[in-house]
Amino acid sequence: MIGVISAVLCAVSLWAAAVQGNLSVLSKAAIESCSDAVSLAISLCGTMALWSGLMRIARKAGIIHFFAKLLRPVLSRIFKGCSPKAMEYITMNLAANMLGISNAATPMGIEAVKEMDKQGGKYARRGIAMLTVLNTASIQLLPTTIGTLRAAHGARTPLDVTVPILAVSLVSAAAGCAVVYALSIGRRKV
Amino acid sequence: MSDILIPSVITLILLWGVFKKVDIAREFAEGAREGIMTLFEILPSLVLVMTAVGMFTRSGAVDMLSALLLPFTQTLGFPQECVSLAMIRPFSGSGALASVDKLLGSVSPDSFPGRVASVIMGSTETTFYTISVYFAAIKKKAYPMVFAGACFADICGFVLSALAVRLYFD
Repeated sequence: MIGVISAVLCAVSLWAAAVQGNLSVLSKAAIESCSDAVSLAISLCGTMALWSGLMRIARKAGIIHFFAKLLRPVLSRIFKGCSPKAMEYITMNLAANMLGISNAATPMGIEAVKEMDKQGGKYARRGIAMLTVLNTASIQLLPTTIGTLRAAHGARTPLDVTVPILAVSLVSAAAGCAVVYALSIGRRKV
Repeated sequence: MSDILIPSVITLILLWGVFKKVDIAREFAEGAREGIMTLFEILPSLVLVMTAVGMFTRSGAVDMLSALLLPFTQTLGFPQECVSLAMIRPFSGSGALASVDKLLGSVSPDSFPGRVASVIMGSTETTFYTISVYFAAIKKKAYPMVFAGACFADICGFVLSALAVRLYFD
């Protein structure tokens, strides 16, 4: 499906650029973007290594276990049937997201999906889908990035959007999870 | 607030590790090694995704598609200024940030479209990128359930952003 979407994006771009006589920009965009992917990976290397390393220490020191226990009442419902180790990574991923440390959230999310995938089965399929949905709904306690941008453009109270942002994140995350749940209890495998 | 957060988290984890007698240097290196390995395992898939996304955001397709969507967004009460942002957001984080920056430069951050754009930026994520990364990491094809849930959450996010700004600020 990722492949199909990529193909569609390219086709739409080609159409739009051809109509607007923009083909030289498009050709440059294609070549530059593939190098961008490599630059991105290299620039992410440091933070990815830092947080993966720290999280391993946190796991060995029992910090993650503590948080996982704390959040178990809520998470065990959404991630029914997932192994305790997967739950620990899920907890850390969500905690990092809430605090707005997305550099730490990505490695934890990857570990979580790997752990669920290793376990396999129906619950793992659903768990991976749930985690993806929760991550894409971006539940963050303090929206610092957009706050900084709003301040730079002279907003009177840059963070006055915090409450609507949280409300929208929570409702859309719940809606996405409901879709995943509804699809996962059906007889057909989707 | 965020300035103190990251250094404190790093320090706390390390101190806790010392307190619990964890072999910090060794465990850190092992975790970091795994992190770097994962990153380079997903890189080949990222090249395809980012090439497609880069072409899409720079081809002018976004402007053309948002003009096509105009009648639809008008009935929903969704500000026209934010349509291109909503279209870029699921694909490109940096593209979306640039789009909000441009938008907040042309309308006030405290105006209706300015606030809606801020709420969209804060309450949604780069869905397509997130899905690509996770499924590249487990080397599996992403299944429809994932897209259905994530896309529905995104659409809810866009529609509700306009609604939430109306309800909260009026």
